[in-house]
Amino acid sequence: MEYKGVWTLGEARDGEIKEVSFELLSRGRKLADKLDEELVSVILGDQISDQQAEELIKSGADKVLLMNAPALKDFIVENYSNVLQDLIEEYKPEIILAAATTMGRTVMPYIAIRTNAGLTADCTDLDIEEDTGNLLQTRPAIGGNILATIKTPNHRPQMATVRPHSTKPAVKDESRTGEIVHLKLDSSLLDGRVKKLGFRKNEGDAVNIQDADVVAAGGKGLKKGENFAMIRELAGYFEGAVGASRDAVDRDWISYPYQVGLSGKTVTPKLYFAVGISGAIQHLAGMKTSENIIAVNVDPDADIFKVSDFGIVGDLFEIIPELNKQLAEEVK
Amino acid sequence: MNIVIPIKQVPETSNVKMDEETGTMKREGVESIINPLDLYAIETGIQLKEKYGGKITVITMGPPSADKALKEAIAMGCDDGILLSGREFAGSDTWATSYALSEAIREIGDFDLILAGERATDGDTGQVGPGIASWLDLTLSTYTSKVVDLNLVEDEEVNYTNVEQDSIIVERMVEDGYEKLELPLPALLTVVKEISFPRLPTLRGKQRSRKVEIPQWNLGNLDLKEEYLGLQGSPTRVVNIDHPKVTRGGTIIDVREDGNVEEAVSKLIDYLKAKELV
Repeated sequence: MEYKGVWTLGEARDGEIKEVSFELLSRGRKLADKLDEELVSVILGDQISDQQAEELIKSGADKVLLMNAPALKDFIVENYSNVLQDLIEEYKPEIILAAATTMGRTVMPYIAIRTNAGLTADCTDLDIEEDTGNLLQTRPAIGGNILATIKTPNHRPQMATVRPHSTKPAVKDESRTGEIVHLKLDSSLLDGRVKKLGFRKNEGDAVNIQDADVVAAGGKGLKKGENFAMIRELAGYFEGAVGASRDAVDRDWISYPYQVGLSGKTVTPKLYFAVGISGAIQHLAGMKTSENIIAVNVDPDADIFKVSDFGIVGDLFEIIPELNKQLAEEVK
Repeated sequence: MNIVIPIKQVPETSNVKMDEETGTMKREGVESIINPLDLYAIETGIQLKEKYGGKITVITMGPPSADKALKEAIAMGCDDGILLSGREFAGSDTWATSYALSEAIREIGDFDLILAGERATDGDTGQVGPGIASWLDLTLSTYTSKVVDLNLVEDEEVNYTNVEQDSIIVERMVEDGYEKLELPLPALLTVVKEISFPRLPTLRGKQRSRKVEIPQWNLGNLDLKEEYLGLQGSPTRVVNIDHPKVTRGGTIIDVREDGNVEEAVSKLIDYLKAKELV
């Protein structure tokens, strides 16, 4: 049997399908149309309703492969990869896209080894090569300093993880129809070795900074931890998230989940404020693909200004309070 | 408690500046270092060794000069180093790299835990760690931020949940919080920065590392499938490399002299409005 069709691997938590699943469908739809093949959304979890699955169809899926089972409630890589590998061997998809999340970047390499598939990480652009029909995968590497285009000429499936927020979720078409296939878990595929003992949600105001449309980040220039209050206020006007440079995290002004950069998180929001951040190459690697970058720094030679769309050189302790004041008036 | 740590030698980029003209990274004279994210794995391994005993073997695949990275890890406190080096490994993607490293680790044999960095700062894929776990059928925790406990069957004082097998309890950092997992050993953990603060090599460690012989392994002395190695074993091909310009040439207003903060901020608000961001 020949490998055919484009799969997107959806993600769900507590029966709710996550936004990244819909972003993958807008990527997948484009590829499936170019290949003139079917777009299938595969989703594993527990208590995902048909109504939820319909949303995937409205967002572009021709078919949804839905597997609900209590044992699949939590993502355990050994279980998920066994189930997915089994499905891949049965259905033989040509392309599999997953989000470059902690789940996608864990399960995809695990499966790629076992299916002898080509896998490209954290892609920001995907296309089909005209003559061959091969998937062309473009991804930043070396801290975003190069963009490499990669293909998998002789192995199937072709697998890629796609950077979250690198595309918009597909626009829903209420009239779209498709098929929901309810799959039954073959419990012999459950690995059973690893146990999940618990989950601790991020404390306080911590929104997932990779999900935020607006990130306001502070760095060494803030001088002390308490001054993150004005960054939080700034983020608040946009219902955005707070981020930080490594310098701020290393000084214990804010915890590690907020760190943006090479040893932290990569973010691509619509709007990024870099306040008191000089723009070391490691920090730039984590944010320079943001749509709009605003920098405030006292040093006119700071590298952050080279990647900014709008910058103010001066004392952030004067500029940020003024900005918060004017934003407060705008929001009113 | 025997630990294996696969590491990678990468170009040192922390002091690299951008080229004003091209907007790309200046790479001349760039030194090679241990992948900074691997240092957290090395530190975690050394802490576990200090507590539970055993030994740490570091392994890398690379050119003969990559033995420098292994020696540095030994100077920090690891015991042995193994270098996978040979022309047959050239052009390996993450699939072929995971295969070669897995076979070498299988040859090392006696291990309870593999620790790896979350990803390397050059390739940025994060695929080799999970790939090794897949090849060796080890339990896997990625993005591990904390080792909570180690339950060893022979240790009678510990009240563990898994009475038949040694296990490790860890926390892993996910998008919205931390998951706590119990993994029977042997396990593979990829770790994030939060897990530890890497120590510097000691003078004694440096002296020891100079004396340690680093064996070179390759197709000649390791049982490997040649068709799985290097470019021919790699499903993926890089077909193009672009150097995107990062310089944006945006509006910069300097208020240090005139002190007109209010006007500068109001221009910023205008910008945000024009972009429909407010």
